[in-house]
Amino acid sequence: MSRFSKTLIALLVAGAATSAMAFDRYQGIGRPATTAEVKAWDIDVRPDFVGLPKGSGNVDRGIELWETHCASCHGVFGESNEVFTPIVGGTTLKDIETGRVEALVTGSSPQRTTLMKVPTVSTLFDYIQRAMPWTAPKSLSPDDVYAILAYLLNLGEIVPADYVLSDENIREVQERMPNRNGMTTDHGMWPGASAAKGGIGNGGKPDVKNVACMKDCKKEVEIVSALPDYAQDAHGNLAEQNRPVGQTRGKQTGAPSEPAGDGKQSAAAATLALANEKGCMACHGVANKIIGPGYNEIAQKYQGQADAEAKLIAKVKNGGQGTWGAIPMPPQGHVADEDIKRLVEWILEGAKAQ
Amino acid sequence: MANIDTRPGRVRPAPENFLTDEQIAAVKDGRRDFLRKAFVTASAAMAVPAVARAAGEGDPAILNLPPWSTSLGQPVAANPYGMPSKYERGLQRRESPGLTRVGGSSVAFTPLQGLFGIITPSGLHFERHHQGWHDVDPSKHRLMINGLVKTNAVFTMDDIMRLPSVSRIHFIECGANTGMEWGNVAVPTVQYSHGMISCSEFTGVPLKEILDMCGADYKKGRFVLAEGADGSSMTRTIPMELIESGEVLVAYGMNGEMLRPENGYPLRLVVPGVQGVSWVKWLRRIEVGDKPWATKDEAVHYVDLMPDGLHRQYTSIQECKSVITTPSGGQLLLDKGFYNISGMAWSGRGKVTRVDVSTDGGINWRQARLETPVLSKAVTRFNIDWVWDGKPAILQSRAADETGYVQPSYGQLRKVRGTKSIYHNNAIQSWKVVESGEVSNVQVL
Repeated sequence: MSRFSKTLIALLVAGAATSAMAFDRYQGIGRPATTAEVKAWDIDVRPDFVGLPKGSGNVDRGIELWETHCASCHGVFGESNEVFTPIVGGTTLKDIETGRVEALVTGSSPQRTTLMKVPTVSTLFDYIQRAMPWTAPKSLSPDDVYAILAYLLNLGEIVPADYVLSDENIREVQERMPNRNGMTTDHGMWPGASAAKGGIGNGGKPDVKNVACMKDCKKEVEIVSALPDYAQDAHGNLAEQNRPVGQTRGKQTGAPSEPAGDGKQSAAAATLALANEKGCMACHGVANKIIGPGYNEIAQKYQGQADAEAKLIAKVKNGGQGTWGAIPMPPQGHVADEDIKRLVEWILEGAKAQ
Repeated sequence: MANIDTRPGRVRPAPENFLTDEQIAAVKDGRRDFLRKAFVTASAAMAVPAVARAAGEGDPAILNLPPWSTSLGQPVAANPYGMPSKYERGLQRRESPGLTRVGGSSVAFTPLQGLFGIITPSGLHFERHHQGWHDVDPSKHRLMINGLVKTNAVFTMDDIMRLPSVSRIHFIECGANTGMEWGNVAVPTVQYSHGMISCSEFTGVPLKEILDMCGADYKKGRFVLAEGADGSSMTRTIPMELIESGEVLVAYGMNGEMLRPENGYPLRLVVPGVQGVSWVKWLRRIEVGDKPWATKDEAVHYVDLMPDGLHRQYTSIQECKSVITTPSGGQLLLDKGFYNISGMAWSGRGKVTRVDVSTDGGINWRQARLETPVLSKAVTRFNIDWVWDGKPAILQSRAADETGYVQPSYGQLRKVRGTKSIYHNNAIQSWKVVESGEVSNVQVL
């Protein structure tokens, strides 16, 4: 009885009033969860909307939230292919009627967007609520999630621009999801009971059949694909990705890399690691633009400016927009001041890896 | 000489007390000259110039004693946590350039081209994260069970590690392994074509034990939701039948130590035979329910696009598959002559029963040796003798499992599933060998 404070025990007893714990077999292990604890973690929303919180949000509010929290990765219209694959695009009003995305049948869309694939609107609510925004997951209120989702649905012409999405009308939206009839579970790759027995799929029957032929299995061998020349070096020097002894050696492709240092991490390498850890590299490359400018471009732009460091520290901290285009940089409140300073100094010194 | 026990089998003083004061005194008294002579002889051997011995007499690696034979090595615990030899540094987890643009939602592939046997070293286990990884404080980690159970419950790591444990060897393969190769050859080596598979010994508690404790409603609750504690709080639906089989584990151990942070420290779900995305890392919650959840990774990703434009949803089993790892793409054979073709085979439906190998692109096949152990839903290592005559060859392996399923060819697989599925590509892999000894990735229907 020593593990819990008296207060906690009292809380637990209150929470578990319904039944004696069936924990007799393993005495002293585990405890009942309190109602508040379950509420704090049980945030999932199912296709039948079990778990959906009450609330509402309109498209206009969605735009505001989107521009602050989402546009930097997904683009202002959810169309960006820079950081993640696009969310919006490739669906038509006809798809909304039929519930089948025609571009998936014809192959006419260059890429599959989220709205082309997702059959269930609950999936979007659930995921935005649990995992977004990228660097501050679970920070959105239910009303925020409704608003952001309303904006996304509006971009896909699933709801009008004056729509207020809520727990009360989300079922109507489900009936307009463009790919709501686009899924099949008629396959043998569900490891549980078949659909006929209350589960999913055909009970494990494979869709492809081969036989173990051993001799003269075919007349000739046709090679239908090989690695194109331009891709030979794309994965670095393969000689350095193989063991220096054994049955084989790796093939020399591209230039040998620089010899490794003494194994100690330099200050520059540590700052690069910090940039990775803080999510900076999601939007900025060392030598290339991703969604925001490359560090090389920043260093070049601010070269010789005495107030560059202070200016950039403020931009990282509070966010900014306009210097490098329309997509804003969100405020980086999760990064400590001294880390921001270190990162900015490192960027201005050329963002070296070593 | 005082206190040195010289009887056979007696333990000598440990190196840090290599010579006692008395022994040092004894040496000073009478044996100094002997020691000095020995040292001089050793130094002289080291000083012999390499060229003097190399010409014609034999292998300089034998004739010229190397430093490791002629000098003192490093003490114990020089590396408190042991690391691979510096000569092995080429074998690392690597990303495939251009595959993803965000490191927090990306893949690092296991260097299968250099691995032996069936166990993946923990530091080389492939990585796939959905919103970055954290090193979770185990004293603050909790597992909650809720939903269709009599008692919603919370377990600490202390609780879970007190329960009776089991240790089992299983493979984990990402559903998108070999996904880049559905339509055509895209990558040069087996690391990138097949490196989203690893195999480890996992230690933990059958989830069924924990659900039993909580009084799960097995009649209504035929589905389970697993949820992670990371930013993405990744969720997947698992069938209750698998949990009832006792195979699904709530695991904290991997290859004898705790899970690595990149692999879900301190707690992950182990779902044998099922694609990696269901092996939820940093596992924080299990909910028992009466319907599947259609989570993001069941409705937007991990859905397989078929030629008719429909997506297959809830495809989870990793079907029987194999690949030759040596020789493999991007490698060079040293010379004509004997080689041990070696590879890995596995099936999400049970044990591998046979692997056949072809060196002529699939016209004729020979049965390979399966090395022990052969375990259900684990990697099985196969080997087969091959004498390379210096002529072009195409190496293939084809595995079969205990359900009678035989790994399909690209032609057979594409006929049913097309080329845009991304997930669940288990086609027969071909490696082309040319006269120069160079091995490359090709596809044969």
